Amino acid sequence: MGQMIISEKSIAVPGEVLAEGMDYLPGEHTFRDGERIIAMKVGVVGLFGRQVKLTPLSGPYIPKSGDIVIGEIVGVGIGGWRVNIGWHFEANLSVKDATSDFVPRGENLSRYFDYGDYVVCQIVNVGGAKVVDLGMKGPGLRKLGVGRIFRVPSSKVPRIIGKQGSMISMIKESTGCRISVGQNGIVWLGSDDPAKEIVAYKAISKIIDESHTSGLTEKIKGFLESSKNGL
Amino acid sequence: MVYDKRVDGRKFDECRPMEAKVGVVEKAGGSAMFKIGKTVAVAAVYGPRELYPAAFQNLKRGVLRCNYNMMAFSGSGNRVRPGPSRRSKEISLVTEKALFPVLDLSAYPGSVVDVFIELIQTDAGTRCAGITAAAMALADAGIPMRDLVSSVAVGRVGGKIVLDLNKEEEDYEGESTDIATAFSSRTGEVTLLQMDGEVKREELKKALELARAGCEKIRELQINALRGRYKG
Repeated sequence: MGQMIISEKSIAVPGEVLAEGMDYLPGEHTFRDGERIIAMKVGVVGLFGRQVKLTPLSGPYIPKSGDIVIGEIVGVGIGGWRVNIGWHFEANLSVKDATSDFVPRGENLSRYFDYGDYVVCQIVNVGGAKVVDLGMKGPGLRKLGVGRIFRVPSSKVPRIIGKQGSMISMIKESTGCRISVGQNGIVWLGSDDPAKEIVAYKAISKIIDESHTSGLTEKIKGFLESSKNGL
Repeated sequence: MVYDKRVDGRKFDECRPMEAKVGVVEKAGGSAMFKIGKTVAVAAVYGPRELYPAAFQNLKRGVLRCNYNMMAFSGSGNRVRPGPSRRSKEISLVTEKALFPVLDLSAYPGSVVDVFIELIQTDAGTRCAGITAAAMALADAGIPMRDLVSSVAVGRVGGKIVLDLNKEEEDYEGESTDIATAFSSRTGEVTLLQMDGEVKREELKKALELARAGCEKIRELQINALRGRYKG
């Protein structure tokens, strides 16, 4: 009969035994060593049925097909753009995947997206180490305008978004800011009022700092309400 | 010369006072500080990032690159010449080899994970302190690891097997043997074993057992430091 060695929602570190016995299955960021399931990262332990999972508290972004990410244009070529999405190789955004407009041969592509622009795009293909293809045909995929860009750990993006977008909607409603969060941990904040932008930034920073604690939604709600009075 | 009492009054199987802290370099992907006695090591991890020159890239897995450096003011009065030296290159290499067996870099092909280890203050056992700090920094950076690595020096000073030698013991007038060890604590595998001096086979076995026990204590400290980063 198997048993959990470490309780759910506690913090595990690499090499720590999470569960023993064949009743449990190793989930993400864990591996099996004989009868034991071992943690591979610093993260919060979760049990989903028989599967022992770890939600990492830090770590680099690994691109997955279908992810919506925010990237910076770092190269303009003749057939497309090179985009930095936080992966150690630059991703490709080709003209045909970026726009439905007719683009004549030899057109200067920096008229569409120039160096330093930020774009919301979707990963359409991950083929090997060096090939990450992006697309911009879909709802919400666009070039970002004036606003504040900052980076958060990609492992904490699900906490910022919340269950079915509850957390991010709460911040948007309370502050009136336009917010885009990429799965790669790049966040864009846009608002006409800098004071509101700062409140939204602080709320997101609070989520990052306290992402591993329970009752976070209530804490953020309280924080937004207290900040509202100051606006 | 009989060595029946240690210079600093410790027991023969006792480490110097230790302290560990994670997240000391804000801008790094992961970082840690490890202090043992008067030796202080700070490690910072950057990456995974694209490896140049491209000829060194491994498209099946990432590459680990360590850089060990003693700061100019870290010694006991004499200025340490900055920049790479034969010694620092060797220690960088053994650090890489001590840490690599527990890392799983298959998710980051073509990349490099850089580990910078700086020794702020030194009093023997620097490579061991560096490896211990680097293991915590890698875990803090979220690099997949199958285990933590803990490292400590053991040795024979005046015929006695001792744990965690300090500088006076390393330079002991009678005979002194220094053995740097690192263990993957969960599996008990040895990832570093270097020796400077002479020791008998039975003494080496005894020394390794002592080192293993010492590393267990260091591992506990590492775990507490990593957990401590996310508590309160």
